[in-house]
Amino acid sequence: MTTDTTPAASTNPASAAVGRAGTHDSIEPLLRVTGLTKHFPQFRQTLVKRPDNPVRAVDGVSFHVNRGETLGLVGESGCGKSTAGRTLLRLLEPTAGTIEFQGRDITHVSGDDLRVLRREMQMIFQDPYGSLNPRQTIGSIIAAPFDIQRITPEGGTRKTVQELMARVGLNPEHYNRYPHEFSGGQRQRIGVARAIALQPKLIVCDEPVSALDVSIQAQVVNLLEDIQQEQNLAYVFIAHDLSVVRHIADRVVVMYLGKIMEEADRDELYESPRHPYTHALLSAVPVPDPDKSQRKARILLKGDLPSPQNPPSGCVFRTRCPKAQDRCAAEVPEPIELTPGHRVACHFPEERAVL
Amino acid sequence: MTDTSAHSTAGAAPSPAAPSAKAAGEKTAYLDVRDLKVHFPTDDGLVKAVDGLTFKLERGKTIGIVGESGSGKSVTSQGILGLHRRTRARASGQIWLDGEDLMTVSDERMRELRGNKMAMIFQDPLSALHPYYTIGSQIVEAIRVHHSDTSKSAAKARAVDLLGLVGIPNPTRRVDQYPHEFSGGMRQRAMIAMSLANDPSLLIADEPTTALDVTVQAQILDLMRKLQQEFGSAIIMITHDLGVVAEMANDILVMYGGKAVEYGPVNDVFYRPEHPYAWGLLSSMPRLDRVRSARLNPVPGNPPSLINIPPGCAFHPRCRYAAEVAGDACRTQVPDLLGTGPDHVVRCHLAQSRRAELFAADVKPLL
Repeated sequence: MTTDTTPAASTNPASAAVGRAGTHDSIEPLLRVTGLTKHFPQFRQTLVKRPDNPVRAVDGVSFHVNRGETLGLVGESGCGKSTAGRTLLRLLEPTAGTIEFQGRDITHVSGDDLRVLRREMQMIFQDPYGSLNPRQTIGSIIAAPFDIQRITPEGGTRKTVQELMARVGLNPEHYNRYPHEFSGGQRQRIGVARAIALQPKLIVCDEPVSALDVSIQAQVVNLLEDIQQEQNLAYVFIAHDLSVVRHIADRVVVMYLGKIMEEADRDELYESPRHPYTHALLSAVPVPDPDKSQRKARILLKGDLPSPQNPPSGCVFRTRCPKAQDRCAAEVPEPIELTPGHRVACHFPEERAVL
Repeated sequence: MTDTSAHSTAGAAPSPAAPSAKAAGEKTAYLDVRDLKVHFPTDDGLVKAVDGLTFKLERGKTIGIVGESGSGKSVTSQGILGLHRRTRARASGQIWLDGEDLMTVSDERMRELRGNKMAMIFQDPLSALHPYYTIGSQIVEAIRVHHSDTSKSAAKARAVDLLGLVGIPNPTRRVDQYPHEFSGGMRQRAMIAMSLANDPSLLIADEPTTALDVTVQAQILDLMRKLQQEFGSAIIMITHDLGVVAEMANDILVMYGGKAVEYGPVNDVFYRPEHPYAWGLLSSMPRLDRVRSARLNPVPGNPPSLINIPPGCAFHPRCRYAAEVAGDACRTQVPDLLGTGPDHVVRCHLAQSRRAELFAADVKPLL
């Protein structure tokens, strides 16, 4: 009688009390990464294989995610945002740094412990075509987490899967269909159903709406927000689309070449960005408003992203920064907290309204 | 094909007088596309990828063609370049470019025009560039195909100039490199350089910046604007990104299910849109410059499959105002493209006065 709760339904009442409000340091965060680093070793193929400089995909990144909030991780391709997302889920082995989840160090968890940990942290992938096995039915794709975790949900797997399908807006009668029978937006809903099957506390969403048509993106964004409110989920929302992030995120982290440039609450970041890279990034986005976009002052960056194998000395952004000075080449800027929660890694931060 | 204008003499220089097929006294635009249709017969039925498209474009101006995947935007651009000749596709209509109807000119004349008077910038420069040839030799080829009297060294000098023009640093060294040695943004610049090789007056850009990061996109759009000012080219900008067209286009044509549903000047389409699909697109997008309401307002349902376009108005299964129209018109009759203002046309059965009411009540507050 008292043991009637399913493992799935046991949301932590303490965590439910913490709303989506911007809570900074008072409460222990759900996830904290400190100095997270991921280097991919490279080799020169001469007569003998010789080690070359590693690709510094993620290079000493620290941030936290509170319960029930959405952290936006933005930056351009090659900035390390996807690698950071995968490393914090332990899909990739970190080269250095620590990952704490619910106060527990999970940097070196392995085997069965790691499998059980994955009940709490899941992932939604960008490509709804590549992330679903074309030979499996939708039913077995969404049931896979139960099989892997050797859990039989109350009421049976099939019933639970059909409830999940209904929850994400799919017709439960399509249980036996295959991925190719669904459109891109519906496939992304399948990915969402699979990710929420075990009622995790954290989902890393890697560009979940980038591959979808404009009119479908809003459907999936709304679904993600609804599920977050119901289950008090935390998202790490990785995206290059700064407009979507402005809508969905509570806090935003801006990355460039494996490092964090700026971190702030959403409105603070968009309304008073301090880092020159954030200025350039925000000013580059075309706004669907002819008057505004013609008035908008654009900061054009020169040149290309440097190679992450040979990042510039000092500040990694200095080679393209309009404000770079000698000090930027000599000294790595440490993140400074300008106002509570607003950290900037720049020697010469400047408040500037770019939107 | 029921093309009545058999006047066009293949290969001949365009006559200075307006072609006979056009209405007398009507001023002809530089590019004038009339009732363009591209249909593909398939085993599953006829795919009407482009189904009666009409638009005009002057030199120095940009038209933005927007739509979702499968709306027929890319097939339109391929149709203008005549890439459906000698395929199973059935193309009809008229495409007047500077007084010549491209639908009736010979294959030989079409080859002269392609890459010369009109050029294309593709979305994915990595697959549009040949991996085995240097960037320089590909640009040299584009020049010498049309100007066989140009020497190789002169063409190469021109290629270096072009690479410099599009902002590639160190062009004398870069000209001898292969596409894989270029970054994504640099490759797209090289593609633009190649398309400019013969000073085309019509530039068709099919999602030219979709594969690029925003800061690189800003560089490329800036470059295209400068080149247009310098050379006065007409640009067709095909994209799904409403932000890009807001910035670049003079006119906007919104496509849905192979047809234009709304076509007009950029400010009309953005500030006074008339078609429920355009309302849906504009109000569903999250905004960078301000926080929207707590929830986004998506367009329900999915874009139609071109093999099975809904009867009547293709948008009716997703339109929340379809029930407002008397009878079954939205389900049975294809609405005509009717004028609602100067140069602004809309394909919708709703009465114009009712559209204005709905826009003011339901849509304006969301924008």
